[in-house]
Amino acid sequence: MRLDEIIRILDAVIITNSQEPGAEIEWACATDLMSDVLYYSRGNSVLITGLAKQQAIRTSDIADIKVVVFTRGKEPDAQTIELSRKKRITLLITPYSMYTACGKLYEKGLRCCPE
Amino acid sequence: MKLKDIAEILSLKPLTPAGGLEREVSGGYVGDLLSDVMANAGEGNIWITLQTHVNIVAVAVFKNLSAVVIVNGRMPDADTIDKAVSENIPLLLTGKSAFETAGKLYQILNAKGLQD
Amino acid sequence: MKAKIDRTYEGSFHIVGGDFSRAGEASTELKSILLNVGIDEDTVRRVAIATFEAEMNIMIYATAGILRYTISPDEIRVVAEDMGPGIEDIELAMQEGYSTAPDWVREMGWGAGMGLPNMKKNSDVFRIESVVGEGTTVEMTIRLKDC
Repeated sequence: MRLDEIIRILDAVIITNSQEPGAEIEWACATDLMSDVLYYSRGNSVLITGLAKQQAIRTSDIADIKVVVFTRGKEPDAQTIELSRKKRITLLITPYSMYTACGKLYEKGLRCCPE
Repeated sequence: MKLKDIAEILSLKPLTPAGGLEREVSGGYVGDLLSDVMANAGEGNIWITLQTHVNIVAVAVFKNLSAVVIVNGRMPDADTIDKAVSENIPLLLTGKSAFETAGKLYQILNAKGLQD
Repeated sequence: MKAKIDRTYEGSFHIVGGDFSRAGEASTELKSILLNVGIDEDTVRRVAIATFEAEMNIMIYATAGILRYTISPDEIRVVAEDMGPGIEDIELAMQEGYSTAPDWVREMGWGAGMGLPNMKKNSDVFRIESVVGEGTTVEMTIRLKDC
């Protein structure tokens, strides 16, 4: 799914972005637990999480995840934003809950990565 | 919509007695941080999570949730199952991810006009 | 043909327990070192994930620890040694979902019992030794793949 489509579907605000709007994101992963991101995710995924903290960006960087969405309109602190800028990770905020964000993206055809 | 019907469509495996599956479901919630679920999950929601810790049952009781669905084939320990049985909280398993489970549940409930 | 590693690189990082704000910095740095010497991205990802979990375990459970890495033409080895409480039952600790982490760690998105399984999953050879009251040593070897 295209990055700009994800942004539109989630009514997301862009906090940092260094990718083209047409960048293709292959998979989705929804969790608040960072080890599970590391265990189940693949690179080139979007991470949907309620953990609006630096740890989510660090973990995404390690796992080659390029797009992170914070749910329920949670605003990250300045260090989190700075880290995502430095690591060239696209950081988005959606007003939706994790459940609704998953539902809307799944409905439009995005899938979680196979094990 | 009844939990029983959702469990059947999503092929969820119940770990607790079948009587609990007669509950009505109001919507869904996905989360693995107990404080977040305590603050934001809605009454009657199905809670989709990777957490298997015994504390999930207390959260479900406190928030009056309709069920807890544990994803990715994770198995809760005996403490969690015992507590769920004694507190009458339906506990169900799936081998699918949280994303997929929430995605499908959203479609099912949306068709019934249950937004979240 | 193997990735072109013509010599052995070694280094180490000191990890201080409890410092969540810096958690992950060592693994991030190792990741860029590996990319710089020309290791393929899949292998780098595996090493980075395994190292990150080891770093987080030191951060969460130990007073301090050290991460040592060796990059040689055939393999990458990471050894994480900590001064921590040690693990009583290693077999139990290796089970997915088993954790002794306190609630505050769980609220930070960690401590859900996937750390050790994740290190094992991403290593070709995984060894763990622990002495209660002294500390834990984890040794992870990732072979460089033929390309």
